[in-house]
Amino acid sequence: MEIGVLKESKQQEKRVAITPKIVSKIKKLGHTVRVEKGLGLDANFYDSQYIEAGAEVLDADSVWTSDIILKINKPNDNDVSKLDNNKTLISFFSPAVNSDLLQSCAKDKINVLSMDSVPRISRAQKMDALSSMANIAGSRAVIEAAHNFGRFFGGQITAAGKIPPAKILIIGAGVAGLSAIGTASSLGAIVTAFDTRPEVKEQVESLGGQFLTVNLDEDGSSTDGYAKTMSKEFIDAEMALFKEQCKDVDIIITTALIPGKEAPKLITQEMLDVMKPGSVIVDLASQQGGNCVLCKRDEIVEYNGIKVIGYTDLPSRLPSQSSELYANNLYHILDELTPNNDGVVDINMDDDVIRGMTVVKDGEITFPPPKIEVSATPKVEEKKVEPKKEQIQKKSSILPGIIALSVLFLVGAFAPESFMNHFTVFVLSCFIGYMVIWNVTASLHTPLMSVTNAVSSIIIIGALTQVSSTDTVSLVLSGLAIFIASINIFGGFAVTKRMLGMFKK
Amino acid sequence: MISGLLTIEVVRALYVISAVLFILTLGGLSNQETSRKGNAYGITAMTIAIVATVLGPQVTGNYIALLLLILIGGSIGLLLSKKVQMTEMPELVAILHSLVGLAAVLVGIVNFLNPTQEYLGVELTIHLIEIYIGIFIGMVTFAGSIIAFGKLSGKVSGNPLVLPAKHYLNLLMLISIIYFGTIFVGSSSIDEGLIALGFMLTISLFFGIHLVASIGGADMPVVVSMLNSYSGWAASATGFMLSNDLLIVVGALVGSSGAILSYIMCRAMNRSFISVIAGGFGTETSSTPVEGQDQGEVQAINIEEFKSMITSSKKIAIIPGYGMAVAQAQFVVNEIISILKNKNIEVIFVIHPVAGRMPGHMNVLLAEAQIPYDIVYEMDEVNDDFEKIDLSIVIGANDIVNPSALEDPNSPIAGMPVIECWRGTSTVVMKRGMSTGYAGVENPLFFKENTKMLFGDAKESLSQVLTLNN
Repeated sequence: MEIGVLKESKQQEKRVAITPKIVSKIKKLGHTVRVEKGLGLDANFYDSQYIEAGAEVLDADSVWTSDIILKINKPNDNDVSKLDNNKTLISFFSPAVNSDLLQSCAKDKINVLSMDSVPRISRAQKMDALSSMANIAGSRAVIEAAHNFGRFFGGQITAAGKIPPAKILIIGAGVAGLSAIGTASSLGAIVTAFDTRPEVKEQVESLGGQFLTVNLDEDGSSTDGYAKTMSKEFIDAEMALFKEQCKDVDIIITTALIPGKEAPKLITQEMLDVMKPGSVIVDLASQQGGNCVLCKRDEIVEYNGIKVIGYTDLPSRLPSQSSELYANNLYHILDELTPNNDGVVDINMDDDVIRGMTVVKDGEITFPPPKIEVSATPKVEEKKVEPKKEQIQKKSSILPGIIALSVLFLVGAFAPESFMNHFTVFVLSCFIGYMVIWNVTASLHTPLMSVTNAVSSIIIIGALTQVSSTDTVSLVLSGLAIFIASINIFGGFAVTKRMLGMFKK
Repeated sequence: MISGLLTIEVVRALYVISAVLFILTLGGLSNQETSRKGNAYGITAMTIAIVATVLGPQVTGNYIALLLLILIGGSIGLLLSKKVQMTEMPELVAILHSLVGLAAVLVGIVNFLNPTQEYLGVELTIHLIEIYIGIFIGMVTFAGSIIAFGKLSGKVSGNPLVLPAKHYLNLLMLISIIYFGTIFVGSSSIDEGLIALGFMLTISLFFGIHLVASIGGADMPVVVSMLNSYSGWAASATGFMLSNDLLIVVGALVGSSGAILSYIMCRAMNRSFISVIAGGFGTETSSTPVEGQDQGEVQAINIEEFKSMITSSKKIAIIPGYGMAVAQAQFVVNEIISILKNKNIEVIFVIHPVAGRMPGHMNVLLAEAQIPYDIVYEMDEVNDDFEKIDLSIVIGANDIVNPSALEDPNSPIAGMPVIECWRGTSTVVMKRGMSTGYAGVENPLFFKENTKMLFGDAKESLSQVLTLNN
C-alpha cells in the first residue's frame, strides 16, 4: 500500500514521523513510501536521503492521496478534510478528549489508529510511542533545568573552592522520571526520586537515584500500568514530605500524570515560598495543567527567583532523536498490521494491540476498547527456592554414616586378617582420593576423567599376572584383557596430554 | 631368563612408588600449571607398575606375545586420542570406560578358572565373593558405558527409557544377581560356577543397559562421571580378588574421584544422585509451569544492533552452552575477543558446571579454541558481580540461564543454581529459535526487558560481527 508522510501542521514542531532508515525497512514489508518535499529538514533528514532509501518525494497534495497517512500530532480539521474515505491515519489522537474529531473521522469513514492508545502490555512496548517520547522528555527536562540553573550539576573541589553538587528531586518514576534520573545522575547531581509505587525502588536505585517514600502502607500500583489516585492520608503525608524536600533541593522535575484527569497539584504556593532563589522546576505535566500551581503551558514563569518551566514540546527539542524513535514505533505497528509482508494492511480487531489502538474503523467509533488486564505489575514475590537443596543434604548426612559404621563392624566381625589388611588399604585410599580430588579445579574435570580412565587401566596388572597360565582359555582371555587395557592406557594418557596442552594463559 | 628378575618384595616396593606417583597424578590436576607434570607422573607410575609386574615372579613366559598385545593396543589407543574431536570427548571417555569394565570381567573370569593362590574356608568364600562382585561391577560398567556412548553420539535416543515398574525391575534384577551369587559361592565344581556366572553376566548386562538408558540427556554429565567411578571400583574389586594392593589403591582413587564428580554435577543441578539414577527430567514433574500466562514478547535484534551493543560495553560476559560447541563457534569467539581486547573491552567467560556433556567439558572446548583460561570463570565466581557487567552474551545455552530456577518453586528445575545474567545491564541470547532446553522448561529470561534475542546460527552471526568490526 502507499504510505504517505507529511510535514506536521503544528507550529514549532520539528519532528517527523518517518526517517530514511525506517523507509527502507517499511519497503521490506511490501509498501511504497511517499514523503512530502522538505519533510525532515528541521530534524536533519534530507530529501536526498529519503530518495536513497527508496521513498518518492512529492508535493503535499499528492502525498495526501496515499492509503495510509503517518503523523505525529493529532490531525486538525483541515487535515481531516484532506483525507478521503477509507484511508487510514496513524498518529497521536487523544480520543478521550477529542470526541468531535473522532466523530468527524467516523463520518468521513477514515480509519484511525491512535498512537496514545497502545495498550500497556509488554508485547506492545516496541510500539509505545508515549514511552519513547516520555523517555526523551525526561532527559531533555534535565537539560532544560541545567540550562536555566546557575550552577554546575556535579560537585568539584577546585583551587578556587569547593562546589557542592546540585540536588534534584524527581517526582514520579515512570518512563520520563526514570530517564530524568539517569540523565541527572550522570551529570553528577544528587538525585532523589519519589513514587507512590514501591516496586519502582529498584529501578530508581539502578539508575543512581535515591528512592524516597512515605511511611504509609499503601500501594499506588494499578493493573493498567499507571499509578492510581491515592487516599487523603497518603497525599497529606506526601505533601509534608515534598515541603521538607523543597527547602533542600535546587531542582524539581515533576512527571505525575493520571490518565484522563487533570494533573495533581503537588508543588503548592507554600512549597514555592520555602524554595531557594535560583531553583528550577520543570513541570512535565504542563500539558494537563501542571503539577506546580504556577505552571504555564509552554512558558517559563519566574517567582522569587524560582523558574517554573512548562514546556510541552520537549521531544521536539531533540528532533532527530525523537523522530528516530517515533519512526521505529511506527515501523513496529506497520509490521503488526502487515503480517504477511506483502503490502496488504489488515486491521485485525482480534489482536489486543491493534484493537486497543483502533479508535475508528469503517465509519464506526471503536473507542474505548474493551479492557485488558496488564501484567506489567504482577504480584510476583521473588522467593528464592533453596530449602529443597538443604533437605537433600540433611537426609544424606546421617543415613550413610550409620550404614558405613555397621558395614565396617560386620566386616571386622567376620573377615579374616588378610582381607582386613586389604580393606584398610582400600578405605584409606578412598579418603586420599576424596581429599585430593576436591582440590582439582573445575576447569580440569574433563582431563581428570580421561586421566583417571587411563589410571584405572591398572587392571592390566591383574591380566599380566595371569598371562603365564598354561590353560589356553585363560591365556586368551587375559591376552584380550591386556590388549584392551593397553588401548585405554595409551589412549587415556595421550588424550589427556593433548587436552592439557591446549590450556594456556 | 627374564622371569623372576625381580623378587616379589622388590615388585611390592616398586608398587608403592607407583601408588605414590598415581596420587601425585591426581594432585597435579589441581591447577593448570602443575597439570602437565601430573600427567607425566601418571605415565611414569603406569610404566613402573607394568615393568615391575612383567619382570616379577608372576610372569614366566609369553613375553613377545605380551609386548605385541601392548604395542598393538597402545597404537589403537594413540590413534583414537589423535583423531578424537574435542566435542566428542564424552563419547571417547565413555567407550574407554567400557574397556575397563570389560577388562575387569575378563580378569575376573580368568582368576576364577585359574586361581593364582589356594584358598580355604572363609578365605575361599570371600575370594569367590570378590570375584563375583568384580565381574558384576565390570559388566555393569561395560554395558552402561556402551549405552552412554550410544546416547552421547546420538546412536541411541537421548530420551530416558521409561519401562513400566522400572524400579521393581531393577530390584528384581539385583535380587536375582544376589541369588546367583549364593549359587556361585556354594558351587562345588568350576562348571557349576560358570553357569551361575553366565546367568549373572546376562542379568548384569541388562541391568547396566537399563540403568543408563533410563537416564535423560540432561543428566549425561552425571552418568559419565558415575561410570568413571564404577570403572575405578571395578579395578579395586579386582585388586581384592588378586590380593594386589596397588590395584586396590588406584581403583579406590579413581572410584572416589568419579563419585565426587558425580556429586558436584548433581549439586550443580540441585538433584540428588538417587533421583538422577531413578529417571530423567520431565518424567516425574508435570510440565505445565507457566501455562496461560502472558509471557510478553521477545525483542529480536539484528547483527548491526548487536555489534553496537558490543562496542558500547566495557565489560562483557560470554555464557557458552553446549550449543556453542555444536555450532563450532568458539573459534570465532576467540577472534572477536582479541579484537575487543584492542578496543579495551574486557571479556570474561562464565561457565556453568553442567554446561557441557561431561564435567569440565566446556573448559576443554574453550581451551581448544585457545581462549586463555584466566578469563574463564566458574558460575559462583561471577554470579554476585553481574551488576558490573554491561553485556552478557548467551551462546547456545538455555536451562543454565533460566531465572525460573530461582523464582518459580513449581518449575522442574527449581533450586538449580543458574547463571544470573539478567542482573547485568543487558543480555543478548543467540539462539536458533524459540525451542526449550533439555529440561523442556520455558525460559522467562528471553522475555525480560533487558534481554534481546539474536536468532540464527551462532557461528554465522558471530562471523558477521567479526567482519563488521574490521
